[in-house]
Amino acid sequence: MGLLDKQFNSGGVMVTKLDDLINWARLSSMWPMTFGLACCAIEFMSAGASIYDLDRFGMAPFASPRQSDVMIVAGTVTFKMADRVRRLYEQMAEPRYVVSMGSCSNCGGPYWEHGYHVVKGVDRIIPVDVFVPGCPPRPEALIGGLLKLQEKIRGESLMAPTAIEKMMAERV
Amino acid sequence: MKLLFTGLSLVNMENSAISGFGEVLIFVIGGILFLCGGLFTAWIVRPSRPNEEKLTTYESGEEPLGNAWGRINIRFYLVALIFLLFEVEIIFLFPWATVFGSKALIISTDGNWGWFALVEMFVFLGILAIGLAYAWVKGFLDWPKPKVEKKEIDSPVPGDLYQEVNRKYSA
Repeated sequence: MGLLDKQFNSGGVMVTKLDDLINWARLSSMWPMTFGLACCAIEFMSAGASIYDLDRFGMAPFASPRQSDVMIVAGTVTFKMADRVRRLYEQMAEPRYVVSMGSCSNCGGPYWEHGYHVVKGVDRIIPVDVFVPGCPPRPEALIGGLLKLQEKIRGESLMAPTAIEKMMAERV
Repeated sequence: MKLLFTGLSLVNMENSAISGFGEVLIFVIGGILFLCGGLFTAWIVRPSRPNEEKLTTYESGEEPLGNAWGRINIRFYLVALIFLLFEVEIIFLFPWATVFGSKALIISTDGNWGWFALVEMFVFLGILAIGLAYAWVKGFLDWPKPKVEKKEIDSPVPGDLYQEVNRKYSA
């Protein structure tokens, strides 16, 4: 049902505190979906392994989109894979976040000019929250991106989105 | 019924202590409450925006085809049956092995027990081996491979072009 989701028009102490609690819960257990598309996945794997240890951020890779929160697009998104990536994103439960990892999924990377088969940026098919630059990014960089995502989640609110209404009002 | 009654009567009237089944009942109730609490909280907090893609079956990102009750080749049945036969054979070998080395029996039969047990076991193995040989001869173990038919492809590239390339690099 989503009794609380985007249902409030004006915030108060209660809503703000509830926001804090829910955001804290969400950012403390961002489960990434286990899938990799290219060499970036190797860095993703080592980020999850003992030295870099994503577990300390409450991140346990999960092999199904139904229970995962973060999709880490690690690698080259070909047009053949783009359908699947899109479908997997749609099959994730809200709230869902996307981290685009590495040059390939950020903008096509080395395939920018001559890659006839590569999607020039995964943000053309799914909304991306954080871009992690690098080719491939080191695990530290990925963790940096995930910390950025945590910051973003920390600023979320249960209030109904008003940005578009404001823009429309300004235009008139 | 009596067990259920004692389970439900959490508080024993005589010494007012929780009986063993009462603890189990409390555990069950606690489990159900815990589960319901989690589901209820999720129901309140979660956003619910279903769409067609989300409601389809998860099939590793592929388009789900057919139904989940897919049929399995009947040949697996024979393989499973033969496997089961030899699995049971191994299970029978374990108690045999303990009796085979029994010192008391060997002494009391003047050493004949060992030979008797060994021959008995080989008779048993032999019967099963005949069964396997039967399945083999009847061709149940053969797995016919599908014949691959070469498709005629109307390729604009002549075949000798590849051979020319190969010749160039093999020289």
